[in-house]
Amino acid sequence: MTINNNGMFVRATPLLFGALFVIGLVAPFAVYPTFLMKILCFGLFACAFNLLLGFAGLLSFGHAAFLGTAGYICGMLVRDLGVTPEVGILGGTLAAAILGWVFGVLAIRRSGIYFAMITLALAQMVFFFALQWKATGGEDGLQGVPRGHLFGLIDLSNNIAMYYLVFAVFCVGFFIIHRTIHSPFGQILKAIRENEPRAVSLGYDVAKYKLLAFVLSAALAGMAGATKTLVFQLASLTDVHWHMSGEVVLMTLLGGLGTILGPLVGAGVIVSLQSELADKVGSWVTVIMGVIFVLCVLLFRRGIVGELQALIKRAGIN
Amino acid sequence: MHKKLLTAACTAALALMAGGAQAQISGNVVKVGVLTDMSGTYSDLAGQGTVVATQMAIDDFVAQEKPAFKVEMVSADHQNKADISSNKAREWFEREGVDVATELVTTSTALAVMKVAKEMNRVTLMSGPGSTAITNEQCNDLTVHYTYDTYAMANGTARAVTKQGGKTWFFLTADYAFGHSLEKDSSAVVTASGGKVLGSVRHPFPASDFSSFLLQAQASGAQIIGLANAGADTTNAIKQAAEFGITPKQQLAGLLMFISDVHSLGLKNAQSMYLTTGFYWDLNDETRAWSKRFFDKQKRMPTMVQAGQYSSVLHYLKAVKAAGTDEAQKVMAQMKKTPINDFFAKNGQIRDDGRMVHDMYLVQVKKPEESKYPWDYYHVRQTIPAAEAFQPLSESRCPLVKK
Repeated sequence: MTINNNGMFVRATPLLFGALFVIGLVAPFAVYPTFLMKILCFGLFACAFNLLLGFAGLLSFGHAAFLGTAGYICGMLVRDLGVTPEVGILGGTLAAAILGWVFGVLAIRRSGIYFAMITLALAQMVFFFALQWKATGGEDGLQGVPRGHLFGLIDLSNNIAMYYLVFAVFCVGFFIIHRTIHSPFGQILKAIRENEPRAVSLGYDVAKYKLLAFVLSAALAGMAGATKTLVFQLASLTDVHWHMSGEVVLMTLLGGLGTILGPLVGAGVIVSLQSELADKVGSWVTVIMGVIFVLCVLLFRRGIVGELQALIKRAGIN
Repeated sequence: MHKKLLTAACTAALALMAGGAQAQISGNVVKVGVLTDMSGTYSDLAGQGTVVATQMAIDDFVAQEKPAFKVEMVSADHQNKADISSNKAREWFEREGVDVATELVTTSTALAVMKVAKEMNRVTLMSGPGSTAITNEQCNDLTVHYTYDTYAMANGTARAVTKQGGKTWFFLTADYAFGHSLEKDSSAVVTASGGKVLGSVRHPFPASDFSSFLLQAQASGAQIIGLANAGADTTNAIKQAAEFGITPKQQLAGLLMFISDVHSLGLKNAQSMYLTTGFYWDLNDETRAWSKRFFDKQKRMPTMVQAGQYSSVLHYLKAVKAAGTDEAQKVMAQMKKTPINDFFAKNGQIRDDGRMVHDMYLVQVKKPEESKYPWDYYHVRQTIPAAEAFQPLSESRCPLVKK
């Protein structure tokens, strides 16, 4: 799956990323910015999730907890304490990282389905907390978060300005993930994914690596959640609900598990479907999503990007 | 470069259009946006039925008033998610020139949209959501909360039932902020009306097994079991209460129920329950006439949310015509000035906090043998006058209300 295995990819990758970056810069003039911001937020969330599942082989079923917690914390910081948006995002990310550490310490003691169940159970506790606590607004959500002024200077109520902030946050997050995957640390994660006993026998402290990956993934998911709160000016129970944990799995699988761009593509497809179909097919949205998921699992198990890569690779060999 | 020029030209054109049409109607079109739950829990009580009601309001308005402007409708499924509804509303306002966002069942989606609408100077008409926060802490001057709220529903039922002799109460409460506030408000009313609250039990939200909670309620010996919950929790609790034989020895009082809930429960399960509603299709000739028209299109009788949706949209459109503009502040001033008189409300009035006050009705669900024809579900026991039905302005926590 690694792109480095193929000479053509190594040459093409910087070009591809450059082109995507340019598209990202001009996109808000062609497409509705709020919609793009949503894709970028969920894209980053899915990329963070993919770091854990695709590269470390850990299926967390509680990632909504990090997205939601960071969103609530960021919202409270910005709305109630009046801090600037960048501090809000950092605060939310930090909160998610701490929560990730707590989750991680408990969950990595087990693997496979038990790992997934522990993360789900912990995430349900966070959901309960968000539902009950007065400060989160319960089922009404944390509403009316102002976008504020970036560094106290740039007015983010302008959609274009907000878009570039989100784009910058996404690029930072994406860069961190890219660096992680291609570092020695990333290589060890892959080794653990492929054969954990062997990694242990080689002398690696597997638990430490897993925990670090978990915290990193949680923090990045939190970064996405905090940014999302600023975009929509609200944080709600949807973000901490287990549906969201399931949705991110769907995004990642649809886009391509273990590919660097897959989660972004998957997030784009799901978000587009949700918002574009909303006024056209009404109640059929859920059915259509289900059918897509089934088709994805049956016909292109590597996901959109995964299948494309395989196609190019095959063409290259021939 | 070319694109930039084009963008600049478009912006300039838009600015000109906006400037030219200030006193009139932007683009000579009034666009009504219906954001509702088309696929989830509330699709029966709101959903497609509110889209049908809106279209009826638009058709009736065009036929009766023959306006010089066009009226269009757009609709979308907010899937009960606040971020989807806020996203959609923003897009409608910014890109599609929607003038008014309507319906908005599920309070979190409603709160999100009313903030966006206020920011962009557009009107919000709410028929579906229930929370009193909309006209209290979160209120603004461009929002109308039209059909009902939890205060009117819970207090109407609690007061009337207590006065009719249901003196001892036990609450079955959903364990989250909404359930707590429903229980707190109703308890206060029960006590004030000379009743006594014997106790309460909190069940997790959402719950499917109510047996242990219902047995506690049964053991309390209270005459009335108040259901401080909503949606599927309420219907499940009612079904199980019937299975345990708790009803009809003890009576249930639904603090937030709709005719669609009664329809899906069936009269056998729901019989003899008290509830408050803002509208009942079989109230008089006027309501019957409108509801029959609705039934022909939707194959179901309207809920109060769907009837309120029609009434609110029609009131808005008439205000636009009378004010000669779709500018939000002016339309809102016109709407607040004019009393509402149609099949839904008699002398309805929009207050400063955005609450539309109108008469509510205390009803009791019929026994199966009393029901003569389809959808013949309620005995109307009492009309609760507008002044009593809703939270008095003196108790309002809305900063817009001058005291």
